[in-house]
Amino acid sequence: MEYVGWDEVTTGTLIKSFSKPTDNVAFIRPEERAYSDMNSHNVSVSSWRFIKPVYNRDTCIDCQNCWIYCPDLAIISRDKKMTGIDYEHCKGCGVCVEVCPTNPKSLLMFDENKAVEEALTEWPEKKRKDK
Amino acid sequence: MAEKIALQEVEVWDGNMAAAQAFRQAQIDVVAAYPITPSTPVVQNYAKFLADGFVDGEFVMVESEHSAMSACVSAGAAGGRVATATSSQGFALMVEVLYQASGMRIPVVLHTVNRALASPLNVNGDHSDMYLGRDAGWINLCSFNPQQAYDLILMAFKIAEDLDVRLPVMVHQDGFISSHTAQNVRPLQDDEAYNFIGEYKEVDPMLDFSKPVTYGAQTEEDWHFEHKAKQHKALMDSTTVIKRVFEEFEKITGRKYNEVESYLMDDAEIAIIALGTTVESSILAAEQLREEGIKAGVVAPRVLRPFPYNALKDALKGVKAVGCLDRSAPGGALGMLYNEVAAAMYTSDSKPVISNYIYGLGGRDMTIALIKDIFKELKANADAGKLTTPLQQFSGLRGPKLAFF
Repeated sequence: MEYVGWDEVTTGTLIKSFSKPTDNVAFIRPEERAYSDMNSHNVSVSSWRFIKPVYNRDTCIDCQNCWIYCPDLAIISRDKKMTGIDYEHCKGCGVCVEVCPTNPKSLLMFDENKAVEEALTEWPEKKRKDK
Repeated sequence: MAEKIALQEVEVWDGNMAAAQAFRQAQIDVVAAYPITPSTPVVQNYAKFLADGFVDGEFVMVESEHSAMSACVSAGAAGGRVATATSSQGFALMVEVLYQASGMRIPVVLHTVNRALASPLNVNGDHSDMYLGRDAGWINLCSFNPQQAYDLILMAFKIAEDLDVRLPVMVHQDGFISSHTAQNVRPLQDDEAYNFIGEYKEVDPMLDFSKPVTYGAQTEEDWHFEHKAKQHKALMDSTTVIKRVFEEFEKITGRKYNEVESYLMDDAEIAIIALGTTVESSILAAEQLREEGIKAGVVAPRVLRPFPYNALKDALKGVKAVGCLDRSAPGGALGMLYNEVAAAMYTSDSKPVISNYIYGLGGRDMTIALIKDIFKELKANADAGKLTTPLQQFSGLRGPKLAFF
């Protein structure tokens, strides 16, 4: 966002969510919403992260736990199908990994600098339950 | 629809009832309050008006003054006319949220019935709470009697909600001496009062769901300064609207209000500057001294914030000695009125001798005799052309004389 002078900042530090009136926002997908320039949707927080979740489609059962629990709406799910992670808004908290119920987990935390493709090659095997 | 009350041309109201009636006539959407002496009857009377069907609005009983002001800020952000009243410790608890209200530009009206701050605990009137909140970014209007409290509260809504202002406004009156003293008050009729204030004009209301808006954002070193500067500019510029509202009020009531009020100042050699009920006592003292040939006058800031530096310079033009009377423990400095007045006169062509008097803490009586003593010291300063007393003195205090500088 451009640094403007005192005479151009919003009155009362108000932040308007959208650049035009928007009704029934729950029925509009994020990529189709008219987010305003000041909306945090347009701010990347990827630099806050030092570890990141990596998503493995092969084991995912689309239970939506991660989508429900993510505090930053950074899990992308379409028609109840988990499709990936919004790395611009994920802060790397790891909640999605904690709540993932599959065996092995379908989300795991890796070093921020590790490539997703490489991380997927290091995925653990299914754990057997000890009798 | 709320029922109306047909008021007499002259009602006998104490300051709290006058304030409650002004609140009722403003038809406030949300009053959130935690009653505290001596402002309790403002919200108590208001709640009764509401319960009896004379107000269409909500009265929110909260668990503290912090919550009272928070609820006012929230309801204001939601898009309604809001107001509350408090005093002293309650005011102190509100302070954090006072800054939130002004920063978010929510036009809350707060009626402060001035009372001393503990410790020691005290329920009587002084200006400690007024001084505590004076830099919170609010417009501060000062009344000296119940009539003025009524008038200024009506005007406060109109000023606060003006689209060129959109700032919260405090109206002050002295605890007990004004708030609990029944006097003649000439009110407006309900329709006249409401039409004077006008319908509330919504600005970015949170209840407009098709235009979602965030109130209370965080800004750090890269944005905060610009936002606070813009807020300060709005407060400084509000003088234009304040003066216009004073003029509009005069047109319908004949009662004239000014940024700075001057009494007996046309030929005055010496002047007392004070706030609250002491202004009226000082006028009486000045009238008595004029019978002895002492040309005494009284100057009182009606608008404490934004501070009327230029109007004050005009009011004190040609005056030889000025006494600034502060009714608040100065906490290791000269009194606020001294500091503001001295700053104004330092850049003025006339350079009166200015001195500072601390008086009336915790409701201690400020008698006509004490004020006349001060005037006589000011006369000596005027005649000598320099300070003949210490710079800061305590007036009406028992024990050895206490003075500084």
